[in-house]
Formats: sequence, C-alpha cells, structure tokens
Amino acid sequence: MKKLIAWFDERIPLTKTWNIHLAQYPAPKNFNFWYIFGVLATLVLVNQIVTGVWLTMNYVPTAEGAFASVEYIMRDVDWGWLIRYMHSTGASAFFLVVYLPMFRGMMYGSYQKPRELLWIFGMLIFLVLMAEAFMGYLLPWGQMSYWGAQVIISLFGAIPYIGDDLTLWIRGDYVISGATLNRFFALHVIALPLVLVILVFLHIIALHEVGSNNPEGISIKKPKGSVPDAEKPKFEFHERFTKKYDIVDAIPFYPYYIVKDLVGIGIFLAFFCYVLFFAPAMGGFFLEPPNFEAANPLKTPAHIAPVWYFTPFYAILRAVPDKLFGVILMFAAIVFLFLLPWLDRCKVRSIRYRSSIHKVNLAVFTISFVVLGYLGVKPATEIYTLFARIFTFLYFAFFILLWFYSKHEKTKPVPERITK
Amino acid sequence: MSNAPVDHGRRRFLTAATTVVGAAGAVAVAVPFITSWNPSEKAKNAGAPVEVNIGKAEPGQLVRVEWRGQPVWVVRRTPEMLKSLDGLADKLRDPNSDEPQQPEYAKNIHRSRKQEFFVAVGICTHLGCSPQFLDKTFGEYVEGTESGFFCPCHGSTFDIAGRVFQGVPAPYNLVVPPHYFINDDVILIGEDGEQA
Repeated sequence: MKKLIAWFDERIPLTKTWNIHLAQYPAPKNFNFWYIFGVLATLVLVNQIVTGVWLTMNYVPTAEGAFASVEYIMRDVDWGWLIRYMHSTGASAFFLVVYLPMFRGMMYGSYQKPRELLWIFGMLIFLVLMAEAFMGYLLPWGQMSYWGAQVIISLFGAIPYIGDDLTLWIRGDYVISGATLNRFFALHVIALPLVLVILVFLHIIALHEVGSNNPEGISIKKPKGSVPDAEKPKFEFHERFTKKYDIVDAIPFYPYYIVKDLVGIGIFLAFFCYVLFFAPAMGGFFLEPPNFEAANPLKTPAHIAPVWYFTPFYAILRAVPDKLFGVILMFAAIVFLFLLPWLDRCKVRSIRYRSSIHKVNLAVFTISFVVLGYLGVKPATEIYTLFARIFTFLYFAFFILLWFYSKHEKTKPVPERITK
Repeated sequence: MSNAPVDHGRRRFLTAATTVVGAAGAVAVAVPFITSWNPSEKAKNAGAPVEVNIGKAEPGQLVRVEWRGQPVWVVRRTPEMLKSLDGLADKLRDPNSDEPQQPEYAKNIHRSRKQEFFVAVGICTHLGCSPQFLDKTFGEYVEGTESGFFCPCHGSTFDIAGRVFQGVPAPYNLVVPPHYFINDDVILIGEDGEQA
C-alpha cells in the first residue's frame, strides 16, 4: 500500500493534496451548527448530478413527450418515483443549504476582507443555481412549468429597445415551445452543471487560500513568531499555512470536522428522507399542484406562483407598479448581496461584537426576506401588495443603512484570540 | 542556432497581430452559435396568418383562435359595451393608444377596424398570462363598466377595447395583431392587408 501511494506521489500530488486540503488543513476550533452547510451542499450537488443522470435515461425532451415521460418515470420505471423525488426534493434542499450559509456569512461578516472573492464565488453559485432550477422546472412540461417560464422569460421583454427580440431569441419561437424546452434541457443537464462544478471548485480553492472565518470573526493567523510554542495547537499543519503565520486555535479538518460533519449529514438525511417519503410535494411548495397537469398555452392557471426559493424576489417584482422598474429592483436585490463586502465598511466581522443598530438592521432584513418569501406565494391583493412594498423597502434599507453606519460603528472590543 | 539579437518591435507586432486575428476568429465562430437560438425556419412557417370565421359569432361573444401559438381573441361587442368605452379615459393609462401596441388602423377609441369587432392577442402585457373575459361581472373590479378583461395572475384590468387601467402592474394596452377583413364574415390574422 505504501509503495502504491509512493508510486502515485511521484506522478501526481496525491498525499500533498490530501494534507493541504484535509489532514493538515487548519480550521478554527470554534465552528458551530452554521458550519455544516458546505458539506451538505456538496452532498446535495452529488445527489442532483447522480439522480439527474438517471432521470435523463428515461426523460424525453420534447413538447409532445416530456409530460408523458415524467409520468412514465413515476409509474413504470423501477424506482423511478424515488429517483425523481430525490431530484425534486434535492432542488429545494439545495436552496436551503445555500441560503443558510449566506445568512451565516452575513452574521459573522465572512464576506469582509480578505474573503470578498470567496463571497462572490458563493453568490455566483447561487445565481447559477437559480438559472439551473428555473430551467429544470420547465422540463416536466406541466402547467406551472410552462406559465412560470412564460413569466420569467417575459421579464427580459421589459428591457427597452432589445427586449422583444431578446425574448424571441431566448424562446426560439414566438411562444414557449418545444424549441425552448430542448434548449433548456441542454443547458440544465450539461452547460450549467459544468459551470456550477467549476464554481464550486473555485469556491473551495478560494476558501482554502484565505481560510474559514468563524463565529468570533477573529483570525487564526498570527504574525510569524508572535506566539510561544506552548500556546500553539498540538497538531501538525501543512507548511503552506505555517510558513508565513503562526496558526492558533485550530484543528485539522480531517479527522475532526469530518466526524462532526458526519453527524450533521445524518441529521440532514433524516429530514431529507422524511420529505422525500412523506411529503415530496411539500404541500405544493416543492412541486405545485398545477404542474400535475400538462402544459396548455391557451389556459393560464388562476394563480401563478414560483417555487418557494424564488418567492422573495418575485414579491419584490410584483410590489412595483412599473414593469421595467420592477425587474430592475428584483435584480438589484441580488446585486446588493454581491456588493455586501464593500457596503459593509466596519472592520469588526462577527455580529457578537457589533453594535445594536447592526443587530436590529440584520434582524429586520431577515424578517423582510422571510415575509417577502411568504408574500411571493400569495395572490397580489391590495393589502398583500402594500405589505410587499413595505418589506421591499426594508430589504433595501438594510444595505443603504449598513453603508452609512458601518464606517463609524460603535463596536465592542474584540478579543485577541478565540480562546487561550 | 543563431544568436541574432531579438527584434522586440517585430515580436510585439507579431504577438498583437496573432491576438487580433485569433479574437476575430473567436467572434466569427460565436455568430453561428448565437444565431442558432433564433426561431428556426419551421417555427417561422408555423407563424403564418390564420383565418377566423366570425359570421356566426353572437353579440357579446368571444371567439378564441391560435396564432403563432398565442391565443387571439375576436370579440363581437354589443352597443352597450361600445358605449362604456366613452367614460373611462381618466381611469386609463393610455386612453388614446399612443404606445405602439396596435397597427395604425386600430389607433382609435375602439381599437379596431370595425367598431363591432375587437381583435387582440389574449396575453397580458405585464408577464404574459392570459386574462379572463368578463362580459357581465367586470364591475366587481372597475366601476363604470360591466365588461372587460381581468388578469388573474397579478390583477391587471383592461377595458373592452383592451386598454389598461391605471394602478395595475401591466404597463401597456393589449396588443392588437395585424389583421384585415377578407369579407364581412372572415378575418385574416397576421397580415395588414392592402388597405394598411
């Protein structure tokens, strides 16, 4: 065995990679519940790829055959129902394990210098994931697939001058048709997954370059030679990390965090399987009732709502009476998240040491996001529209206020070390 | 192997020239890939005009046909419906049809060639849903008229000439497609005809 590894080590950096990224990778020792999602997202990504490949084996990407082939998978293919529900439940799970670490990043200031690019890669993953989910939702060719896509594609029609030609170009037809279905299929199963995997790779490389943040928001890298040997952790870290810095308050990712993550994976899978077996449609939130009816271009469902993970942004879109401005505001809601590393001018990262105004601001933002998500699934009545406007305002107020107060924020003193 | 001195100017020129030619090639290759997303010849053919026979339509009835895969409505309006168009101007976003949502010949208060027959694409200008035709109960949504179109998706309202009301998400009036009367009973949807 040793000889075999040595044979490989002479030809590719096998042991070296294992050590740098796992066995001798220093991770802050104070990770909490919020640091489980990287592993879970990887797990869900693998689930989506494997079940996705299996689904393509029986799925027919044509306007005539798509709906029937999904029914065929559900009824006639051995275990087809399980594989499809794993894929559809996995889609919702994916957004859960992407939204939560985004919130973690906001709580602990993980987007701040030097992790701006890490944050950007994460946001790009979120963006590609949204495109992936949107295109995937068209494939079953149900009523909500069809009309949901109709609504989203016509967003581009709001762009002045080129709007109409652009929507025609995206659809490849005067309406959503088999041509649209085919290209979305190609993008959903090949193009975007490739992009997603590359982004995940870059996200991990960037993470391992700058190192994880932690709930205290304190760096575990100290200037070389500033820490007496007695205070250093009793672990061997790779010289790539110890060459320039003294590493404190850290443990190797393998085996310590791997073991912790296994527990998290177990808990996650318990919830995942509960949904998978007992509520795969999740009361219409994961798979919407109109989607069990084949697409009909001449009949709009009485109420079109996107799947839950899009609803906060959809609520913002609907809150604005002007079409173009509504579309701009919806995209701005995402752009502001991208800009977070530069909007937050505070030098203190973690919410634990930041001012009360910041805590209140983040709490209001979180509530706004959740309420907008709720409003996005509701019909646009007068009172709901009013609420959507108020919470859209609060959503954006978070970023604007943050930029103003963060420069001279009154923060609590931050300790030198996570613990001695 | 010669040891002639390096000609930096020449090297720079060759590098720049290679880059430019390579970039031009990349752009040229992108053209077919981007253009291939446009509607195919088959899709364009399927967008051919359609005939609608309206000889048997009752007053107040809506006839629905498919043109380019979109629902097109032909409404035979009653005199009451036409009368209701007059009093609405100050509640409408674009009462005079100034936005280019219709051919020139339909830029009038009833937004049609003949007062009686209203032809429109039955797709809401907000986000592409298909509004409902409410011939008697529209008054629940807008005061002052009993007939119009209501979009169930986001609550946009249109009068019986497809003109959008104020304070709803839809930005424009419903689209009137090109059409003309072949004779008193038949409309061709998709072409303006000679008298355009």
